Amino acid sequence: MTNSPEETADSSPVSTAIDESSGTFERLVEPRSENRLVLEAGVWHQISPKYVWVQFISTGSFLLITVAAMLVLALVLHQTWVWIPGGILTVILVWTLAILPRQARSIGYQLRDDDLVFRRGILWQRIVAVPYGRMQLVDITHGPLDRGFGIAQLKFVTAAAATGVVIPGLPQQTAETLRDHLIAVAESRRTGL
Amino acid sequence: MTDSALPHAAPPRALVRSPLSDGEWHRLHPLTPLLRGGLVLLVVIGIIVANLRDRLFILFVPWFAPGFEDEAAEWEGTGDPIDFVVANNLYLLAALSVLGVLVVLIAVFYTSWRFHTFRITDDDVEVRSGILFRTQRRAPLDRVQGVNLTRPMIARLLGMAKLEVVGAGADANVKLEYLSTSNAEAVRADILRLASGRRLSDAAAAAGETVRPGGRVAALGHTVGREITGLIEGPEAPVDVPDSVVSIPVGRLVASHIVSMSTVALIAAAVAVVIGLSQGVTWILFGFVPALIGFAAYWVRSILRSLRYSIAPTPDGVRITFGLLTTITEIVPPGRVHAVEVTQPILWRPAGWWTIRINRLTGRSSTDTTTDQFTTVLPVGTAADVERVLRLLQPGVPDEEWQLIVQQGILGPGDGDTFTNTPRRAWWIRPFSFRRNGFRLTDDLLLLRRGVVWRKLAILPLARLQSLGLHQGPLDRMSRVASARAHVVTGPVYAHLAAIDRDAALELFADVARGTVRAASGDRTHRWAQEPDGTEPPVSPVPPADSAPAELEEPFAEPEQRA
Repeated sequence: MTNSPEETADSSPVSTAIDESSGTFERLVEPRSENRLVLEAGVWHQISPKYVWVQFISTGSFLLITVAAMLVLALVLHQTWVWIPGGILTVILVWTLAILPRQARSIGYQLRDDDLVFRRGILWQRIVAVPYGRMQLVDITHGPLDRGFGIAQLKFVTAAAATGVVIPGLPQQTAETLRDHLIAVAESRRTGL
Repeated sequence: MTDSALPHAAPPRALVRSPLSDGEWHRLHPLTPLLRGGLVLLVVIGIIVANLRDRLFILFVPWFAPGFEDEAAEWEGTGDPIDFVVANNLYLLAALSVLGVLVVLIAVFYTSWRFHTFRITDDDVEVRSGILFRTQRRAPLDRVQGVNLTRPMIARLLGMAKLEVVGAGADANVKLEYLSTSNAEAVRADILRLASGRRLSDAAAAAGETVRPGGRVAALGHTVGREITGLIEGPEAPVDVPDSVVSIPVGRLVASHIVSMSTVALIAAAVAVVIGLSQGVTWILFGFVPALIGFAAYWVRSILRSLRYSIAPTPDGVRITFGLLTTITEIVPPGRVHAVEVTQPILWRPAGWWTIRINRLTGRSSTDTTTDQFTTVLPVGTAADVERVLRLLQPGVPDEEWQLIVQQGILGPGDGDTFTNTPRRAWWIRPFSFRRNGFRLTDDLLLLRRGVVWRKLAILPLARLQSLGLHQGPLDRMSRVASARAHVVTGPVYAHLAAIDRDAALELFADVARGTVRAASGDRTHRWAQEPDGTEPPVSPVPPADSAPAELEEPFAEPEQRA
């Protein structure tokens, strides 16, 4: 935790601190159409490529189990109906795995002066701006697999359930720096409910 | 919340009017156990007596029942406890055990009442209760979202009310069940006055407490009489009630329920049943009759709930009253309204009626079905009524903006429309309503206008907007549009708007980001009456009224116990 409690209003020190803890994606993937939603100014911080590996392992093992169960049921136990649900599930999982690397590159966040901007999605693009003062709490979660790869998920909770700002795959150090930064700036801009 | 150096500081005497809000522990009204659990006991006893009527008749007046001895002999083998008692002559033991159970129950009710105490300090409202498992709940005053006074039918006849301090969170309410109505009103005024951060200046107004004539019984009789009158006449005795800015004629209320989509569904179902019957399918009737009864019950209940509606401004927020049998009076302090929606179903259009719903923190868990009645602030009203209510809900908005909101936002689009509407190329996303589908951002509000069949206008105060999202799917991108979703606290208001021009959406995104920060930094509503520069107006202390009912006077002096 390199962040000292004094630096509250200025977001640039934390930006550099986040950038220094390297090992994140370098280039944001966006839709190619010029009609896409683009923010003119600001630097997008991105997530760690390890997130792709974690997702790959967990989704991949689920895929393996599904395929194995399907094969056993269909070939050994002669339950032919299982091809339909099993096939659909397999296609969905393979598709999820196929788009995973691009999807992970589309996740980004900006620390602006007064708010946090979060974006994700390529086909279905989504941008959210949350003023720091609206923060009710910050959640950091990491499962056993995440811990193994040294990444964490940060959730920014406001009074509105729909806000839904969840940044997955942050390097652990970054997640903690970011949390301390967010708490400090939220404290200085706290608003009533 | 950081604890101050004096966490339990008593509120300044000049600010509070009720002796109950002096920072000490107080008990609730002594009839509370009767209302909370005693009635159930009485009902149970009633059912038992009703079921044993024959037996009791025979036992106590046997000469009306010849042949009793034979029957008693007959009962002996059945294992019925009363037969057992009769057969073995255990009257005394049975009476004693019944008495014992009663005594224990009364003792439990009494102790739980003794241990259920509350106190109102400078910073929060606290309630502690429970005998074995002590619970203590504290609501910080600067997060108070409103104070409700609920008066269920029976409690109302006894002149009692339930006070609920609405907190900001799921299941975060502090309830004071029950207080006498006059105490509850005084305590509510005190809580709101303390929460407002008002510094003593206007506490100088005279605190006229009503002094009841005669003894407790006479007072009770008086109360019941007055409440029955009140039930018919409709005044909110005994406090002064500010005049309602809107009055809903009963005829309009009933008509608005008749002319609704559920009635259309009912007629459709009736037609289906008639057709079914004419084809000789009689069983369909068995499904229809219960549905009809359920519908009628819902209908009567929702009308009863909306009767005696009134809405009026008070210094501490908007006061909304409704309900014929169970009366609910709530005060929503300024700035506690997170979103407002004005809706008109197509069937109401000839009559020009609208309804207003709001999103607010109700402090209830999301599964609570009674939340609904705290979100409808105008069940049905004309456009003029709507404007009056909106002015109460958003007092900071300048007059010329209201003109615009009503003319263009609610009734629009008309000539000289200032809303940014769906571009013509994206008409296919909203084929019916694309001309009306649009937004407008003012200094304090974000207005989202949409719908033709259900005309809707969502009014979102920027000071309460949590965040804003832009979404764009592949089809949106083809038409160069995006949809905006404003994120506010959970409630009936749907704050989404589809098919906005992409550039306009990005501009909106930037403007809203600036606007929310500006509005939030200028927002003082968590202490709405406090002077912004911190100067205290001249102090003019007033001795608090000392005409408290005797039962509530002693402070709860015992040390806190936990078992």
